[in-house]
Amino acid sequence: MSYIANTESQRREMLKVCGARSIDDLFSDIPEALRPKSFSLPKGRSELEIYSYFKKLAGQNYSHLTCFVGGGFYDHFIPAAVDALASRSEFYTAYTPYQPELSQGILQAIYEYQTDICRLTGLDVSNASLYDGGTALYEACQMAVHATGRRKVIMDGGINPIYRKMIRSYTANLSIEFVETPVTHGQSDRKRLFEALDDCTAAVLLQNPNFFGVIDDHSDIVKKAHELGIVAVQSVYPVALALLKTPAEQGFDIATGEGQSLGIPLSFGGPYLGFMAAKKALVRKMPGRIVARTVDAAGRPGFVLSLQAREQHIRREKATSNICSNEALCALRAHIHLSMLGKEGLKSVAQLCFDKAHYAKERIKAIPGVKVMESSPTFNEFTVKLPIDAGECVGRMVELGFAAGFPLGRYYEGMENYLLVAVTEKRTKYEIGRLAEALEAVVCQ
Amino acid sequence: MSIIFEKSVPGRKGVTLPACDVPKKHQIPQTYRRETDAALCELSELDVVRHFTALARINYGLDTNFYPLGSCTMKYNPKITEKIAAIEGFSLLHPLLPQLRRGGMLTQGALTVIYELEKLLCEILGMDAFTAHPMAGAHGELTGMMLIAAYHRDKGNRKTEILIPDEAHGTNPSSAAIAGFTVRSVPTNTDTGMLDVRALESMIGEQTAGIMMTNPNTLGLFNPQIAKIAALAHKYDAQLYYDGANLNAILGKFRPGDADFDVVHVNLHKTFATPHGGGGPGAGPVGVKKHLEPFLPVSRIIKRSDNTYALNYDFPKSIGYIAPFYGNFAVCLKAYSYILMLGAEGLVEVSENAVLNANYTMHSLKEDYDVPYLKTCMHECVLSAKKQAGHDVHAIDIAKALIDAGFHPPTVYFPLIVKEAMMIEPTETESKETLDAFIDAMKTIAIAAKETPEALRAAPRTTPVGRLDETKAARDMDVCFPG
Amino acid sequence: MPTPANLKYSKTHEWVKIEGTNATVGITGHAQEALGDITFVELPKVGADVKKDSACCVIESVKAASDINAPVSGKVSEVNESLETGPESVNSDPYGAGWIFKLSNVNLSDAAGLMDATAYDAFVESE
Repeated sequence: MSYIANTESQRREMLKVCGARSIDDLFSDIPEALRPKSFSLPKGRSELEIYSYFKKLAGQNYSHLTCFVGGGFYDHFIPAAVDALASRSEFYTAYTPYQPELSQGILQAIYEYQTDICRLTGLDVSNASLYDGGTALYEACQMAVHATGRRKVIMDGGINPIYRKMIRSYTANLSIEFVETPVTHGQSDRKRLFEALDDCTAAVLLQNPNFFGVIDDHSDIVKKAHELGIVAVQSVYPVALALLKTPAEQGFDIATGEGQSLGIPLSFGGPYLGFMAAKKALVRKMPGRIVARTVDAAGRPGFVLSLQAREQHIRREKATSNICSNEALCALRAHIHLSMLGKEGLKSVAQLCFDKAHYAKERIKAIPGVKVMESSPTFNEFTVKLPIDAGECVGRMVELGFAAGFPLGRYYEGMENYLLVAVTEKRTKYEIGRLAEALEAVVCQ
Repeated sequence: MSIIFEKSVPGRKGVTLPACDVPKKHQIPQTYRRETDAALCELSELDVVRHFTALARINYGLDTNFYPLGSCTMKYNPKITEKIAAIEGFSLLHPLLPQLRRGGMLTQGALTVIYELEKLLCEILGMDAFTAHPMAGAHGELTGMMLIAAYHRDKGNRKTEILIPDEAHGTNPSSAAIAGFTVRSVPTNTDTGMLDVRALESMIGEQTAGIMMTNPNTLGLFNPQIAKIAALAHKYDAQLYYDGANLNAILGKFRPGDADFDVVHVNLHKTFATPHGGGGPGAGPVGVKKHLEPFLPVSRIIKRSDNTYALNYDFPKSIGYIAPFYGNFAVCLKAYSYILMLGAEGLVEVSENAVLNANYTMHSLKEDYDVPYLKTCMHECVLSAKKQAGHDVHAIDIAKALIDAGFHPPTVYFPLIVKEAMMIEPTETESKETLDAFIDAMKTIAIAAKETPEALRAAPRTTPVGRLDETKAARDMDVCFPG
Repeated sequence: MPTPANLKYSKTHEWVKIEGTNATVGITGHAQEALGDITFVELPKVGADVKKDSACCVIESVKAASDINAPVSGKVSEVNESLETGPESVNSDPYGAGWIFKLSNVNLSDAAGLMDATAYDAFVESE
């Protein structure tokens, strides 16, 4: 299967123009000694054959399990229009809009996406996307380090453990000190946080709802942080933001998060969408591309990539970040999704998630030997304490057709009996009931 | 075209959700609620569809016409790869499933894709192991730099510098700097267009942790002295890094692994035909030689004796997590399907035709434009607008005039070492007729530069907007619609 | 734009006016032309100590972001706040209203390596 149009005779004509006798002549700069020692790949196949192969592979994946797993990545409803519009090839086969006259479509869409993120978080400026929520949180951390000149970062233990691992990996060669504070009764431990915050701290990183699904109001922590000149960063769940107190209302300087919940399929881990919003004063320190509105010589409004002088292709080793390719198409999907749901739709989705999760809590609470952690309010995810190992429980629930939740012992020592259960608007009363029944059967065996 | 928020009609909605089927017994406590609703737009589905359809119609993609951006490899994105990525067994799969007990068995199809892609990339690049985790080329470069840092740390070396050619893509020095290294720029010999090896010899030393190279380089020229450079690097235990952005030139003709490169990255959205998406998503898998394998990010996928695949986190020297999961899976899936469709023969044809197309374009335009390095180029050629400067016509004017001729312009003003550079990468999927149409347009513009330069400076005139005031954009900083 | 005779110039295209142990610093006409329309000036912090030839603030245009080096060592005593809303004065009047920062406690021996107007013009020609 090849996508090359030119025929042999056309190639001969072209070789003549190049003054070459054969295609091999064009590769004469590559010495014989450097030719491949091996280049053995399976023989090429037709479109029909490979589609069969991939259907077979896809059939080996358990995507049909009724999904109660979250952990920052959720099985949300995506309106059909999102796929239909994002698959317009004028969008998805385009490159980065460096020639704005040809790219007003994507540029305007990204400007509108930036506006969505600002309106959700309450902050002043947003960039055009980063790879994912973890990288976004790391980039925010770096912004704080550069802005303050300090090298200590406080990370709340309620932040997604995957993100905390990523931040440590990214900064391993950079001599930044991390202090992690625990979570008590589900919420951020104020006592330990206040003890840790000092004038050597560059940033305090918090998450809302946190990894355990618990919601909080971090205004008090932000206030203390600002007294000490510390940059406050909150990693957020965008669907929850339809109802929850915004990062801006709590005084945060930067908000980051994972946009997968906004119209992006789970797709086994990617591509996803890292979003970042900040107060106006930090705009020049933000990594990534930013679209700005302007006019042309005739006064017609238009959009361009702006502040490129901070980026890698101009500033090189002094750039704010090394990011080049981002997640533009995912940002487009998120914006189409938010436009389809709209102001009321996103609120409805969030409310359904909350209501169904609380119904699930009620049903699971009733199982003998099972405890639902309820000392703090939650959004659509909550922690369950089982009388048996959570990993083992989940393994048996798979046989009954459920991805019942995420065993916290995977990332939290001592929590081997704890299960993190997520419920979205896609889960019906019937499915939740069946989950509770199956769980009871497994636990009481 | 108005901004979508301007089209809102209060009370209008695009989606109807199912009614709540559970009892509503709880509320979010007031203290945790936001004061006012997020002012997202309020539109019907048809409103939304018309808005984005109109935006698509003023956007130019590769499916629209020729897109010869140098070093971007804007080749055709096969439609079948989109269909494969949309199969529900892939698109609905939660990434945490394999991290459940015996969870690997829940995702065998997905793990197969990643494992097999990594194996194929090893063979294509001549490396010992690959990781599909990096989510973009620059991310791959950063990962590579982190691997080099981990390697030296493990050996107790104190090497702080990375040497990078001055024609390198900006992501090279920025990735090295962000990984904590000091960057030093190695000059290119402007007569030959090659890295100045004597300069490199004078700059390299015990403090050198690594050297980053692109081969062919950003001028489209293959450096035959690569073996000498590798030997020089390894004399000081400096790790040699290969930026695979220009891989489209050398598939089946050269493998960095054979030339003793220690670490490489490839851009799946370039060489392996995954769509650019208006700026992303991409993917930048990183390949290494055996001595760097222990440091690769986790998880890694292993094949067990019963031929099933599993996640393995047991790599104590690993640099840890550089992605939340296993990389941009859907992008990797598309690239894997592309490699399977082409096979070895198809990939070799890719490079042969890519190189032929670039040379044909260069030779067809050498009378009209200055060619700083008039010798066989690889998959891209660099012209300059030097001849036209005398009429006060610059690369940017030529670019804008091409837009009026119906083409996307080539890359302009890069590489930095060529004044008024225009970097043209046709790719192998373009036909001779398309190239001839482009060549004719360029010839017409060269004539216009002499006879009607003011017309070029006023270009483009056929697009929805003309040249935009970028100064005003940067000064006003209007990046969020007021509301 | 003529190069004022009463100022001194650095190899990185800053000008400095030394009065006693105080100095005023800006970028030259050549520099602002090379940068293009200035879109932003990141002013140094008042009270900061700066060293000769080290970067102390950043000037941005659409196509570049350049470091501005201190031509002499000293302490930042004042910054031109009008540049926050009107960065274009750096283009229109780089030697006057477009001044960027003032220094006190200047190390006068640092001035020895600076060029006068004629030497600077010759330097720009040769670049």
